[in-house]
Amino acid sequence: MKIAIKNGRLIDPKHNIDAGRDLFLAGGRVAGVGQAPAGFRAEQEIDASGLVVCPGLIDLSARLGRLETELEAAVAGGVTTLVSPPDMDPPLDEPELAERLVRQAADLGLARVLPLGALTQQLEGEKLAEMATLRQAGCIAFSQGKRPILDTQALLRAFEYAATFGFAIWLQPQDYYLSRDGFAHDGEVASRLGLTGIPVSAETIAIATCLTLAADTGVRLHLRRLSSAAGIAMVAKARAEGVAVTCDVGIHHLHLCEYDIGFFDTQARFDPPLRSQRDRDGLCAGVAAGTAVLCSDHTPLDQDDKLVPFAEAKPGATGLELLLPLTLKWAQGGKLSLAAALAPITSGPAAILGRDDLGHLAPGAQADVCLFAPEEAWQVTAASLKSDGKNTPFLGCELAGRTKITLVGGRRVFDAR
Amino acid sequence: MSTSPLHLPDAEAQCRALAEQIRPHLTPDTALVGIYSGGAWIAERLTQLLPLPEEAGLIDISFYRDDFAEKGLHPQVRPTHIPFEVEGRKLILVDDVLYTGRTTRAALNELFDYGRPAAVELAVLADRGGRELPMAPTYCVWHLELPRQTCLTLKRDDAGRLSWSVEDHA
Amino acid sequence: MRNPQLNENGELTHLLSIEGLPRHILSHILDTAASFMGIADREVKKVPLLRGKSVFNLFFENSTRTRTTFEIAAKRLSADVINLDITRSSTAKGETLLDTIDNLCAMHANMFVVRHAASGAPYLIAEHLKRVRHKNIHVVNAGDGRHAHPTQGLLDMYTIRHYKQNFEHLTVAIVGDILHSRVARSDIHALTTLGVPEVRAIGPQTLLPAELAKMGVRVHHDMNEGLKGCDVVIMLRLQNERMNGALLPSAGEYFKHYGLTPEKLALARPDAIVMHPGPMNRGVEIDSGVADGKQAVILDQVTFGIAVRMAVMSILAGN
Repeated sequence: MKIAIKNGRLIDPKHNIDAGRDLFLAGGRVAGVGQAPAGFRAEQEIDASGLVVCPGLIDLSARLGRLETELEAAVAGGVTTLVSPPDMDPPLDEPELAERLVRQAADLGLARVLPLGALTQQLEGEKLAEMATLRQAGCIAFSQGKRPILDTQALLRAFEYAATFGFAIWLQPQDYYLSRDGFAHDGEVASRLGLTGIPVSAETIAIATCLTLAADTGVRLHLRRLSSAAGIAMVAKARAEGVAVTCDVGIHHLHLCEYDIGFFDTQARFDPPLRSQRDRDGLCAGVAAGTAVLCSDHTPLDQDDKLVPFAEAKPGATGLELLLPLTLKWAQGGKLSLAAALAPITSGPAAILGRDDLGHLAPGAQADVCLFAPEEAWQVTAASLKSDGKNTPFLGCELAGRTKITLVGGRRVFDAR
Repeated sequence: MSTSPLHLPDAEAQCRALAEQIRPHLTPDTALVGIYSGGAWIAERLTQLLPLPEEAGLIDISFYRDDFAEKGLHPQVRPTHIPFEVEGRKLILVDDVLYTGRTTRAALNELFDYGRPAAVELAVLADRGGRELPMAPTYCVWHLELPRQTCLTLKRDDAGRLSWSVEDHA
Repeated sequence: MRNPQLNENGELTHLLSIEGLPRHILSHILDTAASFMGIADREVKKVPLLRGKSVFNLFFENSTRTRTTFEIAAKRLSADVINLDITRSSTAKGETLLDTIDNLCAMHANMFVVRHAASGAPYLIAEHLKRVRHKNIHVVNAGDGRHAHPTQGLLDMYTIRHYKQNFEHLTVAIVGDILHSRVARSDIHALTTLGVPEVRAIGPQTLLPAELAKMGVRVHHDMNEGLKGCDVVIMLRLQNERMNGALLPSAGEYFKHYGLTPEKLALARPDAIVMHPGPMNRGVEIDSGVADGKQAVILDQVTFGIAVRMAVMSILAGN
């Protein structure tokens, strides 16, 4: 199928393009930008007047409940590639499980699903999982999800083994002992509300351990979901010193802080917790500076999971459909250009994935494209979200930026027009 | 709200008249119980005017009102203070205005929670009619009829002088 | 953000926490409590305010003592009191908290007195009642996790006002395990709201919550320093399970540094009063010489507690 997307505002952060240019797709790839390649005859033309045309969004962390529903939510949010963590039920520690997930996603033909494999068997943090076999089954890197590795010796071995094969390790840095009883940032609000706190040191200690082992073993390390200004500063410093480390931040952590817990609002329960305003500012600056990229940390939950006392509520929020508008809102607050806003959800994550065919729109790239109306306001309601997860602190809020058309591999998988 | 042209009698003189009505009926065990706030002021006056063995008891009927469900608790509740044994005494309940009779009922209920008096009489400065319960004053110096929307209240100024005030609620 | 304790007219409809309540509401509760004080001395120790109303004591966490004071208070207001020991019944069957509440609403409850181990549980109930439009059911927080114990806070304020008349020039010290204490949090909010100029928190760092100073208190680790010039000393109970572990090495060492002895009390003002929410651990946080001494007002707190709870229930029921 040859498609021409005309009259849109093309934004391609990787190539510093923000201009009125047409986009030409052929054979599931980008065939031309601005000018049609010789002999190109569009079988389909999309009029993108008034819309931004950008690379499909890449979400480095989305939990999938019912696969079809959540992948429909993904493309409705402009997300064309997503990474799923391994701490599902059962944990993704066997090649068959990974193969099945990849195959089911491919059959649906919506967003691309890149699974993270379990770093240790059953995610128990003791014995290594069969990483090389899992890699062949489609796992792009190895992770513990939210499960800890308590034994530092086991962690070192895992780093060494992954480095042997050149596999990347993705970890959420959170010291188990400092975080196991807590459910909010150890600060003013937790103190007032009598909620057991998780100190920032839970994150910085774990980061220090991971960075030390990464520097020693040379493994490619990606730190998932940072929550503190101090954590971001440590990663920035390590990168400056040449450690192969990257990191991401959940989009909610750029907008919310401990005060948003209000009177025990369980929608504001996150893991890692929402921290102080200063931390939030540090995270925003870190993303703007390119130290961290963004992810939705999509976690669809039942209503019952939140209709319990704060400490018993499951952490997390629905995010696939909010990633784009919340990213735009962050950029507006920080007076960033649209191209700068889109980098941490397109070219940035593509670089972390090591995929030069994703996250940009130069000829040869995958024809994963998101067309969105940047100013269009819409209200976040249970009905306006396709995901099964209606759990979001932004319920009832009006947000600007709505996906209109999403293409994956040159196929139109979502069209709201 | 507006002030009515009704001629208002001197409340201080009425207190003296009320005392004279009560005087012939006093027994050695008679005690006064004033209902907050107007009745309490009058009871205080009567205590000065009459030879009574003790100071007057003061009663706040907020906890006994029958309109609690609609109106809630009065924003200013004062402690009921009855400095004598109620059991077997002759009591005179004192209030400023007798109207529906509901306040009197509430006060009687509260009094009986302190003990069983031998007798209870009712002394008021004004009886404005409009009764909703079978109540009648034993002593009263001013009988009048007022429409529902008119509110008759006893006031006390900074110098402690009592006077009447009438307001119409539209 | 709307305070879920207040109705659209700004009146108190649930008592969930002292935090966020204006001073006039606290004063009104204390004034009303004063009016209830005489009732215990009368022939009939009851007033008919809550006649025909059903008060459900929902204790998800055991506390015979607190439950009894609420029960007495409700009965003196002529309410029907139903005690539910939920620790054993419904939750064991897997029923959720809100299922339990729905069931009790169907039994025409008028008020829930809630004790729960999780901070914020009464808020969850109050918000649920609003969602299902039970406007006339009121919630009283009888202690939630580490968060709040507002009636205890109010009875402490009643006690302080009783002995010190007003709050404007007092120095009040709260001593001990503030980290785990809902009483301490409620006291701190009540004291600062009522205008106490200096509230001190005294304890080892392991027993003080993070950023405590932001609640308007001055933190002292040295008890001798912290007690100087105090008008009121509020001692907190140290739970057994905290005594010999990671938070404190031993009860003995704790008593040596943070136990209230006659010698330490002498550092406070000579007319200082000593309070304790009970039950006391003699020889752990308080010496018997102080607990039984003439500056202790601990039993008065219990008496005042009933009047304060009557005041809270009658004000809520009327709003």
